[in-house]
Amino acid sequence: MKLTVWTYEGPPHVGAMRVATAMRGLHYVLHAPQGDTYADLLFTMIERRNHRPPVTYTTFQARDLGSDTATLFKDACASAVARFQPQAIIVGASCTAELIQDDPGGLSEALGLDIPVIPLELPSYQRKENFGADETFYQIVKALAKETPRTARPTCNILGPTALGFRHRDDVEELTGLLSDLGIGVNVVAPLGASPADIVRLPAAHFNVLLSPETGETAARWLEKTYGQPFTKVVPIGVGATRDFIAEVGDITGLPMKIDESRLRLPWWSRSVDSTYLTGKRVFIFGDGTHVAAHARIARDEMGFEVVGMGCYNREMARPVRALAKQYGLEALITDDYLAVEAEIERLAPEMILGTQMERHIGKRLGIPCAVISAPVHVQDYPARYSPQVGYEGANVIFDTLVHPLVMGLEEHLLTMFREDFEFHDAAGASHHGAAAVRPAPQPEEQAPTSSGGSVVIWLADAEKELRKIPFFVRGKARRNTEVFAQGKGLQEISIDTLYEAKAHYAR
Amino acid sequence: MNAPVLPAGGGCRTAPVLKERGQREVFCGLTGIIWLHRKMQDAFFLVVGSRTCAHLLQSAAGVMIFAEPRFGTAILEETDLAGMADAHTELDREVDRLLARRPDIRQLFLVGSCPSEVIKLDLHRAAERLSVRHAPHVRVLNYSGSGIETTFTQGEDACLAAMVPVLAETQARELLVVGALPDVVEDQMLSLLAALGVGPVRLLPARRIDATTGVGPNTVFALTQPFLGDTHAALERRGARHIPAPFPFGEEGTTAWLSAIAAEFGVDAATFAAVTDAPRARARKAVEQASTALSGKSVFFFPDSQLEIPLARFLTRECGMTAIEVGSPYIHDALHGPDLDLLPAGPQISEGQDVERQLDRARAARPDLTVCGLGLANPLEAEGLSTKWAIELVFTPVHFYEQAGDLAGLFSRPLRRKSLLHLEAAE
Ligand code: SF4
Repeated sequence: MKLTVWTYEGPPHVGAMRVATAMRGLHYVLHAPQGDTYADLLFTMIERRNHRPPVTYTTFQARDLGSDTATLFKDACASAVARFQPQAIIVGASCTAELIQDDPGGLSEALGLDIPVIPLELPSYQRKENFGADETFYQIVKALAKETPRTARPTCNILGPTALGFRHRDDVEELTGLLSDLGIGVNVVAPLGASPADIVRLPAAHFNVLLSPETGETAARWLEKTYGQPFTKVVPIGVGATRDFIAEVGDITGLPMKIDESRLRLPWWSRSVDSTYLTGKRVFIFGDGTHVAAHARIARDEMGFEVVGMGCYNREMARPVRALAKQYGLEALITDDYLAVEAEIERLAPEMILGTQMERHIGKRLGIPCAVISAPVHVQDYPARYSPQVGYEGANVIFDTLVHPLVMGLEEHLLTMFREDFEFHDAAGASHHGAAAVRPAPQPEEQAPTSSGGSVVIWLADAEKELRKIPFFVRGKARRNTEVFAQGKGLQEISIDTLYEAKAHYAR
Repeated sequence: MNAPVLPAGGGCRTAPVLKERGQREVFCGLTGIIWLHRKMQDAFFLVVGSRTCAHLLQSAAGVMIFAEPRFGTAILEETDLAGMADAHTELDREVDRLLARRPDIRQLFLVGSCPSEVIKLDLHRAAERLSVRHAPHVRVLNYSGSGIETTFTQGEDACLAAMVPVLAETQARELLVVGALPDVVEDQMLSLLAALGVGPVRLLPARRIDATTGVGPNTVFALTQPFLGDTHAALERRGARHIPAPFPFGEEGTTAWLSAIAAEFGVDAATFAAVTDAPRARARKAVEQASTALSGKSVFFFPDSQLEIPLARFLTRECGMTAIEVGSPYIHDALHGPDLDLLPAGPQISEGQDVERQLDRARAARPDLTVCGLGLANPLEAEGLSTKWAIELVFTPVHFYEQAGDLAGLFSRPLRRKSLLHLEAAE
């Protein structure tokens, strides 16, 4: 038993819904009580879909338990097939139905339907949403894909984009364009937009592009093993990753890779002098493993930030994220407990967070700007405008995303110079945000003495006062650096001199 | 004098009810925690359930309330499902931890879910054990918010019904007002009752545990929410007597509700008029302004919160709408009867749901406004039907005179919005 308030991932059957809702011509019959229908709103409200998810819930009640929930399931299944006329159905149980062990797979098979019936076994008490999506997609591919001759021209499938995915809609479009520039056609995109008939002809492609390892990797591996389709390992998010991805596609296809980079703006935007202020910004990165890995590289190599911490909530990605963190001299935080993430952010006091909706809330509470880079996200992170993450346009979009929450170049200096100005004080935040967009942290600086790392360092009153003159967006860093510096010197107290000695020490 | 005029063509109380027992598209009772935990400031709601339950609470809340909310889910894991003794020890441990971290908590509700009920985890026994363990500082109660037992607002009903047996016994003649209301509305109600000279007035739920809410044979009680059937029964078992009345939505509903109480407490007509005339006039004016877009339009209710019948009464009688279908998850004559009496005959009254068939009926009827849950709203909008999501009606202050205009506004906004948007070319 584990006490939870907010969760990064829903239960595994929500992952199955992400696949079903992404597809056309597929229906999901879910053995579940009525309350589980809340999941529809994830798609219709948060993602603003204009169709109901293709899900029929049996909505059994307590009074059905003693009698015949199995008949209820069979009836629901038969009437869903009659009403929606799907090309195939997936059937399964939510957490409650898993306990009553009605065996949706066996029951639906007994109906003798003339369409493929794909049973799902999703252990609700062990696994979560991403697993559910990955496993569901794999089962669908395994059940439906058929030996098909390879297309004459070089083609690939794009695997992994789902409903409720982070920017998957636009990533598919950008990726399709990029591949087309490289002379490669797209055979099928799946699950997003695919019908069961499309899944059948997956093996016609020469290789697979794995856009979202979280939701497509098991299927990609199975297709590699069964139909000899290699799949790409690099997810093209960021400039370097996109270039690596193109090279990887070249290796797989043996084709010469020529690409026009004239639309790519991130490198110049990052080199231009206004961006000097980005140098060494301390960032903390948290989200799903794929986006975290991509953003670690972008942050360090393409934005010139300093990555001070990273981690992911999906255990399936723990190993690669741990290995990556090591390369950055860090230890990865692998947890789905947002309180642990919050504590880590508080400890590290970064200048910016790259995270999910959870970190956005944490950042709000701690007064740290946050850019959202990974699911789960709220309705405002499903933008109307085109905003991919992959490829060259994705890199441009990400540059803007990461810069937007920060105080801009010259403005930073002005805030320092005129910090006594009553209208231009630091608590007012960045000028391009609403009045309340960035708030200073709820005064942790008032609580001298501060204890960090076991020993206690006392801020003398005048040093504390001086610290408060430092603009809010660097104050956390100044405080931390000074404390570390003082501890290193074995000092018990921090005076104004200590503060400035530390400043000189860390100057770069 | 203040009795509402019955409809000339008869009401709906004896109209045939279409009873549906098919698939439902409604939240479960856990959802009530979202507003109950705000209302009871010293209470914590601990759901014993699955990741689904935690995800429902997070999603239904819409936006996460990031000040640490006073609710949480103890998620059952594979190990808990294996042996029962285990689950109780685990629960004790989680509760100890929680109460150690939150010394401000005085009432703890263990909330049952579908998984906890299917594995027959006895939360009543757990609550008794934990009550002894944490007495006198914390009182532990249990109720079910599970989807196999409760729909949406029935969660509040189950919670309040669980509190009734532990209310102090009193012989005093008191008015007990039952149902969680936003504080601002509750204050308005209390000042109206005070002005009428009705009292003492007690509240269930009270904002804090120490409030002097008692119950006994001389208690009379009024309900402010139409979904409190079990609480109604529990209070009657304690000897209290219900004052039946239409629910206090709109000017007419509020007046009828207050006048039923006034009659019970012998308030004279002059006092009643002195207290209510001004707010009645204000409410009428506000409704009139807010309902211009509603007049002459038709409305179709999907079953959701059990507010449907009183709201249909308000929309048809005060806002000039016609009801096509009024669906409610459950209909209790003792609670809904007075509103059904006033609802002009005509609409199909339906109880329960078969969502696909009901969607077919709505599509065929093409109502001007469809009141439905969050899962259905955007898909119906995409089909060209204007919708009002029902959950807003339980999250927004809508009771009594001063909110009557806001209530009409909630329904008229989708229609006004539709008439404001012009996306076609100018030509
Ligand atoms: S319907 Fe049951 S399992 Fe689903 S969220 Fe509600 S209590 Fe939990």
